[in-house]
Amino acid sequence: MEDALSWGGILTRIAAQLLPVWVALIATFALSLQFKRRLGLYGRIFDSPVGMTGFGLVMFWVFTAIFANWIITHDPLAQLSGMKNILPGAAVKDAAEGTYPYYLLGGDHLARDVFSRMVMGARDVLKIAPAATVVAFMVGITLGLPAGYLGGKLDTTISFLSNLVLAFPVILLFYLLVTPEIRVTGIPTVLAALLFIFPVIFLTILFNSRYFTSPAKRNLYVGLVLLIGLWAYSGLAFNADPTGIWTMDPNMLNVFVSVVFVNSPGVFRIVRGMVMDIKTRDYVAAGQTRGEGPWYIMLWEILPNARGPLIVDFCLRIGYTTILLGTLGFFGLGVTPESPDWGSTINYGRRLLAIAPHPAVVPAFALMSLVLGLNLLADGLREESMKD
Amino acid sequence: MLMFVLRRIGVMILTAFALTFIVFYMTNLPPNLEKLAKSEASVRMADDAVASWLEENGHSGPVLVRYAQWLGIAPGWVRTAEDGTITGRCIDAGADPATAPAYCGILQNNWGFSTVFKQPVSEVLARSLGATGWLMFWVMAVMVPASLLLGVLSGMREGSRTDRVLSTFAITTTATPEYVSGVILIALLASATAGISPVLNEWGWISGKTLFPGTATAAMDDITFMNFFLPVMTIALYGIGYIARMTRASMTEVMTQQYIRTARLKGVSFRQVVMRHALRNALIAPFTVIMLQFPWLLNGVVIVETLFNYKGFGWTLVQAAGNNDINTLLACSVVAVFVVLVTQLISDIGYVFLNPRIRLA
Repeated sequence: MEDALSWGGILTRIAAQLLPVWVALIATFALSLQFKRRLGLYGRIFDSPVGMTGFGLVMFWVFTAIFANWIITHDPLAQLSGMKNILPGAAVKDAAEGTYPYYLLGGDHLARDVFSRMVMGARDVLKIAPAATVVAFMVGITLGLPAGYLGGKLDTTISFLSNLVLAFPVILLFYLLVTPEIRVTGIPTVLAALLFIFPVIFLTILFNSRYFTSPAKRNLYVGLVLLIGLWAYSGLAFNADPTGIWTMDPNMLNVFVSVVFVNSPGVFRIVRGMVMDIKTRDYVAAGQTRGEGPWYIMLWEILPNARGPLIVDFCLRIGYTTILLGTLGFFGLGVTPESPDWGSTINYGRRLLAIAPHPAVVPAFALMSLVLGLNLLADGLREESMKD
Repeated sequence: MLMFVLRRIGVMILTAFALTFIVFYMTNLPPNLEKLAKSEASVRMADDAVASWLEENGHSGPVLVRYAQWLGIAPGWVRTAEDGTITGRCIDAGADPATAPAYCGILQNNWGFSTVFKQPVSEVLARSLGATGWLMFWVMAVMVPASLLLGVLSGMREGSRTDRVLSTFAITTTATPEYVSGVILIALLASATAGISPVLNEWGWISGKTLFPGTATAAMDDITFMNFFLPVMTIALYGIGYIARMTRASMTEVMTQQYIRTARLKGVSFRQVVMRHALRNALIAPFTVIMLQFPWLLNGVVIVETLFNYKGFGWTLVQAAGNNDINTLLACSVVAVFVVLVTQLISDIGYVFLNPRIRLA
């Protein structure tokens, strides 16, 4: 049996395991710095050190999630005997041929490798958080544009409803929405049906208002959106996709829908506020005089001019969604016990904090660095987009 | 002004009814009631037995009627069994049905009986709210001065080294949710094998195994610096960053105003300018933010009380939700909704009072 590794040895070996990530990071940075003048807002991230640090942190986790299969040293679910709560850098006892000889960041309460679980957890988080944020943005934009632009009763109603959701303590909502019992009643499916239709509506209106003057193009784009959108919709919301490509585990659907539901009123508020500000500008009045339709003005005149703050909020909101997912995991809601996601790993690890802190501390730092990266990126973007 | 307040209160009451109804509906969904019946009566109950148990205990019928009964605006249900005994929502076990009141909902201060804690919900709630009140008080006492000081110091001279350092600190704490900072703080300060405790123990600076205790259960009886430091810091850290950033933004904006430059040109010292001229205007925005921070604190309280095993409001909520204790969960949500709405109202009204530029008819 080999001796345990020192901290230097652990760090070297982790760095070696993460090799694909370093290569991808260096490639991304080299290419982006080379062509940064031609890349618009994305290129300008590289003008601010804060934005660059944030972008680096975020991309580190994105690449870790992508290359997770090559990075992990052990199966994240495998339990090796004698490795329970073992300290970081310990050698695997009686290692079989071909297994990695060390537990780089120690073992957890079920003798699983903490490092591999942390890496696989990144994949879990990055699968849900950005997608949920995108859907929340579609919902918020589709409702916020008419509420801000048209105002009136529509605005009053939607604003009241969104304030209702915002006034709900988030944890209470999760406890009510994300339970196994609630799936029997079909409420998650109803919510999913309600929320997932918004991306389809948004894209349909987007293309229709742009191309309705040239029907051939319009029919092509809108047709494609409706075809793919409704196909995905039937699969994701009702699990009724005959080909089985679009499907979502009911547990995950429950979590996904709740996170979107909590996030969209916030987006709605921001969009509504910005539309109310932008609609008083001269170019909107010019568009109205030209006879442009209200949806064209909303989607093609106002929305592009609101993109700066929206992109910043998008970054911040992915971070917030990551925190929310962690909270869900922390309370053991909507995740399977084997799941390596960071929140539930922290939850299991915290019970043994006094004896073996590493199973909880490792995912804690992982989550913190991802959210910090997103916040820094948002800060950098804000600084850069305010320059023009 | 009066109309504004009245309208806000009207919307608030409407919101409160809507929210409590949603919670009532969600907690009284058929699967939850079935679970309640099985845990109260017998685990191996057949479906028709469950139905009749629910019928006998007043859990059947239209949900709106049950909601009205729970609120206390409709008379509580009364049932006469085949052998003549009368049971009802408002009739205590062994009491005379004739003298029982007709209405007994939360408006009559009847919060029901907790199935988890085996005592009236009002007692559970009073005890846990008291405990959480202390936690909140100390969090506020740490968070508000610290974050305002940080924000003012870094916003005073934008771009200086102090500003950079403090801003980095602030952005790091906002990226650290309570369950992360709590875990890190415990590992650092309250673990016998990691962090600084083993070192201190070796040097003989502390007598116990750890510097701070890892739980705050002892603080239920007697709050000391030692057992309350970690939970308070865990909640406060997350809020400090956020409020400090808001304060900084508003301070930098104020510092670029004309009247600040005028004051400087008049020869007023920098210290006087900040204390006399800038602070008051710079603190309007953070006031709103601090009030709106309460719903977030509620979140933090739930996480921290679970993490440190402090039996306050958040802990009660988690227990109630985890064990399907409908009455306690409903009571907790009423309190939570009330807190959120009242702080919103205070922040709206306070903003109008503090900001001389807004005059509402």
